[in-house]
Parts: sequence; structure tokens; C-alpha cells
Amino acid sequence: MAASMNDPILVGPPVRRNILGSLIGIAAIIAVGIIGYYLFPNNLALLTRIIAIAFLVLSVDLVTGYCGVATLGHAALFGAGAYAAGIASAHYGISDPLLMTVVGALAGALAGLVSGLIILRAHGLPQLVLSIAVIHLFHEAANKASSWTGGSDGLSGISPTALLGMFEFDLWGRTSYVYGLVLLLVVFILLQVLVRSPFGMLARGVREDPVRISAMGASVQSVLLRMYVISGVVAGIGGALNAISTQVVGLDSLSFTLSAESLVMLVLGGTGSLYGALIGTVVFMWFEDVVSAANPFHWLTMVGALLIAVVLFAPKGLYGTAAAFAERMRGRRA
Amino acid sequence: MQTVFSIAVDALAYGMVLFVISIGLSVTMGLMRVVNLAHGAFAMIGGYIASYAARDLGVGYAAAVLLAVVGTVLIAIPIERFLYRRIYGAPELTQVLMTIGITFCVIGIANFVFGPTLKTIPLPETLQGSVDLGFRSIATHRIFAIACGLVVAGGLWFLIERTAFGIKIRASVDNASMAAALGVRTEIVYAVSFAVAIGLAAFGGVVGAELLPVEPYYALRYMVTFLVVVSVGGAGSILGALLACLLLGAIDTTGRYLAPEYGEFFFYLAVIIIVILFPRGLAGRFK
Repeated sequence: MAASMNDPILVGPPVRRNILGSLIGIAAIIAVGIIGYYLFPNNLALLTRIIAIAFLVLSVDLVTGYCGVATLGHAALFGAGAYAAGIASAHYGISDPLLMTVVGALAGALAGLVSGLIILRAHGLPQLVLSIAVIHLFHEAANKASSWTGGSDGLSGISPTALLGMFEFDLWGRTSYVYGLVLLLVVFILLQVLVRSPFGMLARGVREDPVRISAMGASVQSVLLRMYVISGVVAGIGGALNAISTQVVGLDSLSFTLSAESLVMLVLGGTGSLYGALIGTVVFMWFEDVVSAANPFHWLTMVGALLIAVVLFAPKGLYGTAAAFAERMRGRRA
Repeated sequence: MQTVFSIAVDALAYGMVLFVISIGLSVTMGLMRVVNLAHGAFAMIGGYIASYAARDLGVGYAAAVLLAVVGTVLIAIPIERFLYRRIYGAPELTQVLMTIGITFCVIGIANFVFGPTLKTIPLPETLQGSVDLGFRSIATHRIFAIACGLVVAGGLWFLIERTAFGIKIRASVDNASMAAALGVRTEIVYAVSFAVAIGLAAFGGVVGAELLPVEPYYALRYMVTFLVVVSVGGAGSILGALLACLLLGAIDTTGRYLAPEYGEFFFYLAVIIIVILFPRGLAGRFK
């Protein structure tokens, strides 16, 4: 499906360069995180939101970029994590942020399992329709169960306790920012390992040619479903982080718009690469912040134009195009 | 009994409006294999043009409908020429992104030009009020919508099954390159069907404005519904689309009458069940 959007660089270069590349990438994330902390000390809430959304986009990347499943309903997994963490804190008094994150991850996995079971039943257009129906179903259910979720007013009363008993969640959001950054690093490293594992290779094989993979004796359906559950864990962690840092959960975290935007961010950055997901999220969210501060009226028009431009001029996304360019330069020198 | 009757009439009218709007999507999707998420946006443009023409320019209803159809097709031609042409045969994800981008742009521009409020299209005298059937009266507009749906279905059926052009359409749907090899000018077939599809969408947007109110988020709100009709009915099948519209109209209207507090929960639940049961569409089942 997304066969033309893969980038050739990640397909099997030597192992040592891989590890070196990962180290550089991780160092870059840490550096960007620290720069962000000192450059925008009054805007840490936005930066934390970007990190939370980055989890969602990484999660979309796992199923869309690595497995080729086009979905417009991925916010269901993010929202499930956010609501589960919020409900655990507001109704059950589980207010330890680490526990809340675990609850969010579990709920995300469950939502991933459920939506994976539904969405993977069909292919092509019906699959897309199913994914849209799933996100609307989650949205309506959360809206209806207002005694649990607060309905359209949002879920409030979430008060996470100090992290590890030491770091209070302060007004400036320093703790949640650092917590989010550390979480992101851990998840990112684990995902790097995952996408290079035999299982990750199998998933890529499914994207390229499902028929051949099943002829080789692997079950396409089970690969996709396992990937859905993993992506649910990732998205759920993002949702939980969002619930912890903002201390409210709104229905917008289960919206079609968020699903579509997360796909847009992924494609902007470049599908089929974890860096692409991160770059797309940062660029998109920063762009959104600037444009909607300048003129909120034109925001949707700008997103639409951006999308069209990406499809026409940079179908591999920012990271994919840059990587292809770098590869070409290297080839010229050699 | 009263409730059942009102549900039936509303469901029929709603289903027919859905049919008029989404049959074009079904045909183009069968023909060009483009996942077109922007179809609802064209219906919305039609609604806006008709509203502007009828309220601000003061033309009659029939003229407003005509202006809406022609105007929307004129707007759609450059979009097809410069944007859609590039995504024929592209991977599904690319098509989804491009057409969602177009939808977002249209929503943003509509919001900017016409404002975020609902726009009405004033009905002529003859379509206001209701018709008395002896035991029950029906809003005239509902009857008009149902009649429009029947006329469109009949007309399309005649066009596709009984004319020379219809044969070319069917040949191109089944195998475009073979049809081209046999001398069918497929690009003309594409262009004409695209124009007809957009025109029908605009027509449906105007006629259905009472049931699907025209506002900037129209394109996003009903996008799913139109896509569902196509995927349930099976792309390119008139009968399938008609069945799907009536079925979905019935489910949605019944849900709204009997369990309004659940919103569209049951509608989407039904969609999931139907798509899982008939992954190739209602019509695909019988092939």
C-alpha cells in the first residue's frame, strides 16, 4: 500500500553503522530536549504536548509506516490511554505517575487489540472506513459514559502525586517535561530495537508483499495484530503522559481530527522511519502553534495546503527526502 | 404507528439524499480507483453556492440549483486537472492524504468566506408545507427529496445500462487499459464521469440541505457517511449504493428517533458490523 513511501536507507545497512546511527539519533533527541528546555522555559506545556503527540505519531508509524495499514482512527489508542490514566487517578485514587503511565499503556494495548481485531478484518477502502468508524465509536462511547469520562466537559480531578516521591508536578511543567522526555527516550530506544528485530523485518515484509510472507509460512494477520497491540502500548503511554501533564482529558483526544493530524504529521516527517515520526511531529506542532497564534482562522487551510504540498513535492516526507538527498551526495563523492 | 411512519419517511428521504450525493463517489471510485475523501466538500460547495444565489442574489430555487451544479463543476475542473490527475494509480495512503488536504482547504476557505454559521437555502412556496395523505401528512420537501433520488437512480441506470456511453463506462470500470486498447477514449470517459459525479454531489448537497445542514464542517462530518455508503454498497454499483443508502438511512434515523442520547453510536456500530460481514460490499456478495 505505502510501498513507494519506504526509504531505502533503513533496509539493511551494516549493523555497526546502525548502532552508531542510533547513538547519534538518541544524542540528537537529548540535545533538542535540553535546548527546548532552556529556549522556551515558559512554554514547557507546549513542549510536553509535543512529546505526548510524538508517542501517538510513533504509534501510527508502527502500523502505517512499517506494516502498510492506512488508518484514520489511531487516536482511539491515544485517547484510551489518556482516559484510563485519568479515570485511574480521578475515580480510583491511583495517582502515582508511573502507575498511571502503566495503566495508560495497558489500556492502549487493549484498545489496540480491539481496534486491530476490527480494522484488520478488511482491506483497502473498507479498512479505512472501519478505522474511521472505530474512532467515532470510541468518541460516542466516551461522550455517553459521562459519569466516568465527564462527557463533553472533559475529565477533571486528576492530581498525580510527586514523581518517585521526590519531584512534584509544578506549575511550570518542568517535572512533566523531563518525565516525558525520559519516557520518550526509553520508548524510542526500545522501538529502535523492535524495528530491527526479526519481527520488525517481518512487519516490513508484510508491508511490501503480504502474499509472499504468507507463502513463506508466517501469519500476516498475527504480525499485524501484534504490531497493533505494541502500537497501542506506545500510544497509550502518550495519552497517559498527556493526562498527567495537563491534568484534564477532553473528548478531543478521541477525535477524528487528532487521528487525521497524527497521520499528517507522520507523512510530513516521512513514513517508515522513527526519526521521520519525531521530526514530523515537532515541525507540525510548532507550525500549528505559530499559525494559530497569528491567525486561527486559516489553520485548517494551511494544514490542507501543507498536505497537498507534501504529497506533490516531498512524498517521502522531510526526513525521507533529506535522507535520500544525503545518500545521493554520498554516492557522488564515492 | 405514528413514530414508525415518521421514521420510515425520514429514513427514506435521508437515504435518497445520501444516494444522490454518494452515487457519484461510487462511480468515480469504481472507475478511477481514487479514494476520494473530498467528495463531501463538493456537495458542501454546491450548498453554499445555492444558498448565496438564493438568499443574496435573490434568484429562484430552480435557478439556484442549476447555478450550484454548474458552479461546483467549474470549481472542480481545475482541481481535477491539477491535483487528482497526479494521484490516479498512486498508493492509497497518498490518495487519502491528498484528498483530506483538499477537504481541509475547502473547509478553511468556506469558514473564511461564509463564516462558521449554518446556511439555509430558502425553499420555494410549492415545496413548503406538507401534503395530506388522508391518515398522515408528509413535509413536501421530503417527497421532493425522495423523488429526486428516484429520478437520479433511474437516470443513471438508463445512462449506464442503455446508452453507448454507458457501455464505455462499464468497459473502463472493468478494465481501463483494455478499453483504451479497443478505442475507448478513457480520459474523456473519466472527465465526463468526474463532472457528472461532482454535479450530482452538488445537486444532492442543495436538495438535502434541510436534512444535512450546510456549514463549514459539513465536508468532514458526512465524509464518513458517504464513504460508508460506497464501501457498503460496493464501488461502481448503483443497486448496491441504493440498498446501502436505504439501509444506513434507516439505521441512522431510527437511532436518532429512539436513542438520541447515544448520538451516532449505533450508526457506527452498525457500520462496523456491516463492513465486517460484507467486506466486498452488499453487491460484491452476489458476484
